[in-house]
Amino acid sequence: MSTTERAAESGPPGTATWAEVQADPRFRELRRRLRGFVFPMTALFLGWYLLYVLLADYAHEFMSMRVVGNITVGLVLGLLQFVSTFVITTLYVRYANRRLDPLADEIRGEIEGGGR
Amino acid sequence: MTLAQAAGGSPALNLGIFAVFVAITLVVVFRASRNTRTAADYYAAGRAFTGPQNGVAISGDYLSAASFLGIAGAIAINGYDGFLYSIGFLVAWLVALLLVAELLRNTGKYTMADVLSFRMRQRPVRTAAATSTLAVSFFYLLAQMAGAGGLVALLLDVEDKGGQAIVIAVVGLLMILYVLIGGMKGTTWVQIIKAVLLISGAAVMTLWVLGKFGLNLSTLLGEAVSRSGDGGDGLLGPGKRYGLSEASKLDFLSLSLALVLGTAGLPHILMRFYTVPTAKEARRSVVWAIWLIGIFYLFTLVLGYGAAALVGPEAIKTAPGGANSAAPLLAAELGGTLLLGFISAVAFATILAVVAGLTITASASFAHDIYANVIKRGAADDKAQEVRVARITAVVIGALSILGGILANGQNVAFLVALAFAVAASANLPTILYSLFWKRFNTRGALWSIYGGLASTVVLIVFSPVVSGKPVDETTGRSASMLQGVDFHWFPLDNPGIVSIPLSFLLGYLGTVLSRDKADEGKYAEMEVRSLTGAGAEKAVAH
Repeated sequence: MSTTERAAESGPPGTATWAEVQADPRFRELRRRLRGFVFPMTALFLGWYLLYVLLADYAHEFMSMRVVGNITVGLVLGLLQFVSTFVITTLYVRYANRRLDPLADEIRGEIEGGGR
Repeated sequence: MTLAQAAGGSPALNLGIFAVFVAITLVVVFRASRNTRTAADYYAAGRAFTGPQNGVAISGDYLSAASFLGIAGAIAINGYDGFLYSIGFLVAWLVALLLVAELLRNTGKYTMADVLSFRMRQRPVRTAAATSTLAVSFFYLLAQMAGAGGLVALLLDVEDKGGQAIVIAVVGLLMILYVLIGGMKGTTWVQIIKAVLLISGAAVMTLWVLGKFGLNLSTLLGEAVSRSGDGGDGLLGPGKRYGLSEASKLDFLSLSLALVLGTAGLPHILMRFYTVPTAKEARRSVVWAIWLIGIFYLFTLVLGYGAAALVGPEAIKTAPGGANSAAPLLAAELGGTLLLGFISAVAFATILAVVAGLTITASASFAHDIYANVIKRGAADDKAQEVRVARITAVVIGALSILGGILANGQNVAFLVALAFAVAASANLPTILYSLFWKRFNTRGALWSIYGGLASTVVLIVFSPVVSGKPVDETTGRSASMLQGVDFHWFPLDNPGIVSIPLSFLLGYLGTVLSRDKADEGKYAEMEVRSLTGAGAEKAVAH
């Protein structure tokens, strides 16, 4: 506890300053990879959600059309919102495990291990 | 006639099953309390829960009685429009997963204010963030406690207001006990037990309903439509609830925005990310929560239409409790007295667990943000004193919510949950996102977006139709607004999100660019490196 409190309140525990780590090309690459995934993905799922809400709000006839039996277009699109949420979750976990975690672990290891 | 009588249930049995739940959780909370010593234990359960455990606890925190009884009932009565809520509630978790959970876990210690004030002037920003945390928690708490009164009438056959007040007080006292003794660890275990009971109970009922219709959703929908008589066809498409006028359509859009952006700004959800040892475990928590919450909402879809098909909308509307009685009535229809007793007890346990989670969040924010960092200016090294303040605060908040719950009992306070989401989406989320991702963001920007979001949301609600001025219903002689006989509304929508959310983003931007303050570049470098790599993040406490 006491070591982490110190780490949290002063500079990084190693020799490099936070600004130096921030300027490190590997850190820039980590930030680029994170933002390059989460920003477009957020735009995508918010856009898809908004499209769905607007259809449910203003296109009642379309949403009430039957696809098969009593299953309507609206129900299918609603269930697709569930599917897309589960798919994006899985994609992000795979991406983070492969592309983000190794780089973050490497940089953190150097910050916390360096100079001790 | 009570629901218990209507459905042939037994209040004594309902109460008995609930008492077993209370007994088991109290034992667990006492066991958990043995290791609760430091501030990190009390606020963050020693950061020792695993991702899956925390994910189950998050779903327990999130799936309130409103989302179980409320959504199933809304689907039974309004069909598709009830289903729309659950989609917003679920998709919202992607905001938490992609943009908030891990970065927050890496940067903060116990509260949302830790992150918001990280690179700003501490005292003003902490005060603002704590104010917003307390506001959201209190609105949410009041809604739950007031709902407890109605649920008691519904399930335990307690009809008079005095008896309901006693039950609300007992719920409040139990909740205070959980929080005082068990801290975050005890509260988390209560959430986990409750979530397992709730989700498995809903799963059994879902399979049962589907089994009755040959596992064919289309047949089930067809039966729900024919049972609903004239206009039953409307159950399968949108518009039955929100399609009435242009204002109600806009209102729905506004609600949808608050739902999808509010979740990742709810303080009691954010605080749960500190109970795991690393950001990677925080990510696993959200993944588990998304699957559990998503599957649960699929269950409520079947349960809602199942209640329409097997119980019938007329029987639900005329039962005590109205739409909220859809799930209990369905349970009685399927499994008789025993299943009704189980589902009733689970619904009650749900209220207890959710209020415990809200209380610990509010007490942590007051003790850690206001007491330790604003009043004592961060100089209080005595963590034991800080935890003592948190415990006292929990008792005060518990007492206030008992009082508020008794006063609000029977009032129409359903809008309070929507208000909590709207404040979270307007005051909290924009500030969190700017803090994490926008280098220039500074103290004035943070204050403008928090106070601007909070004030605009509350003002718009006060002058909206939910508080005054809805037309009087001819059959009941009452207006659907909270206040009767007055009309001072000028804002046309029930939900303020469509105005307050963009306004708060705009204020955060304007406050920043209009301030001569320069953002603290060193602190931003520290925050960015720590949030992305986890260097210097709070570690788990070893016992």
